[in-house]
Amino acid sequence: MENFSLILAIVVITALAFDFTNGFHDTANAMATTISTGALKPKVAVAMSAALNLVGAFLSVEVANTISKGLVDENGIRPEVIFAALVGAILWNLLTWLVGLPSSSSHALMGGLIGATIASAGMGAVHGDVLVTKVLIPALAAPIVAGVAAMFATRLSYTLGKKADGKAAEKGYRAGQIASAGLVSLAHGTNDAQKTMGIITLALVAGGVVAPDSDPPTWVILSAGLAIALGTWLGGWRIIRTMGKGLTELQPQQGFAAQTSAATVILASSHLGFSLSTTHSVSGSVMGAGLGRKGGVVRWSTATRMLVAWCLTLPAAALVGALAESVTNLGDWGTAVVAVFLIASSAAIWKLSRREVVDASNVNEPEEPAGVVTTAIAAVTPPPAGTVTEDLTATIPAPATTASPDPATPPAAAV
Amino acid sequence: MKIDWAALGSVFGVSLAVTVGLVTLFTLGIMGLSRRERAVAQGNSATLAVTGAYVCFAACAAAVAYGISLIMTKA
Repeated sequence: MENFSLILAIVVITALAFDFTNGFHDTANAMATTISTGALKPKVAVAMSAALNLVGAFLSVEVANTISKGLVDENGIRPEVIFAALVGAILWNLLTWLVGLPSSSSHALMGGLIGATIASAGMGAVHGDVLVTKVLIPALAAPIVAGVAAMFATRLSYTLGKKADGKAAEKGYRAGQIASAGLVSLAHGTNDAQKTMGIITLALVAGGVVAPDSDPPTWVILSAGLAIALGTWLGGWRIIRTMGKGLTELQPQQGFAAQTSAATVILASSHLGFSLSTTHSVSGSVMGAGLGRKGGVVRWSTATRMLVAWCLTLPAAALVGALAESVTNLGDWGTAVVAVFLIASSAAIWKLSRREVVDASNVNEPEEPAGVVTTAIAAVTPPPAGTVTEDLTATIPAPATTASPDPATPPAAAV
Repeated sequence: MKIDWAALGSVFGVSLAVTVGLVTLFTLGIMGLSRRERAVAQGNSATLAVTGAYVCFAACAAAVAYGISLIMTKA
């Protein structure tokens, strides 16, 4: 491992950071339905998903190899390009998490790579037709396929299962949801942890540390698996709320149908060689399950916002990736500037997210009356905290809005 | 530009068939179990329903096992 240069170390760390954001961005895919229907307690759900992600990371290195061997020309790529691509992908992941919208982490990564490559090698380095067949068509197909399957499955389970009620049915649907959610977690671990492994290996090859065409070193597999598991375990509660509650109200039968459809679509598509995004499949199947129940309502406003985010993912990450690449081109100080910018904007996004905390305690609350009103209500409801805030609003009216969120934090953190 | 309609179509068909099939099996299994619940409440037994339920669940478990094997041997 000699001549492990500084830029290479930065790339590896940034790749692990991306893996981490990937983890908490995609927890919702596996666990949103399980959490919103109450099949598992929120914290148990994310812990289980994290463990399965970690296991999944060790199951196979095939996906990692397809990325590090062949998808990108290993000879031409410099570590700085990969770094710039990762910056674009991380920032997009954090931004969509802040507004609570599920979007594909793979698209963000691909967008970043495309943007950075264009800035580095020009327009000709990107194949437009590959973009359409590998990115655009799957993005349209995934939610439709998963949605139609989930809709029929839901409709069927309601017609067939009219006589299925009581404790046994409740327990059964719980077990079914947990099993299918586990399968999605496992598949996510093999797919997405390995994308990072592939990226790190690519950077190591580009930096001349490991020979071209070699498998990822063990420490790469281990750290990538741990990073994605840690991110999953922290839980992207904002996205879980949108997926589980924001799109539609899910009953256990629907949750089961949705998660089964998503697991099937993900496994079938990757097995048949037409890989579909996990995020798109799960979102589609949740909407399908919402449409499948009589009287079920899909909130199309949320769905539309989500769709817009999907369309923007690739160009937005590409734009940031391209900008980052052109700045790193200016020399070592340019790379430093980009690194500082990444850390600063991540910190700013995190800071913004603290204005309205979403965590395991309030993940199942409805999304709509959000903002200051909910925090104020939460602050007033518990009697001891309520008297304090009332006193505050009575004596000094102006800082009441800034003071009231504070009492809301302890109960949220305590649970 | 060549869109692989055959692959897309087979993904669609397989996903639809497998999902609907699995959910049907699982719902049948749950129906069997709730029939037993009702039968036990009335002091009867429902051996046929319970056997059927476990057959359904075994089929579902086999599908999950096949899914895991797909994940492990992903090429």
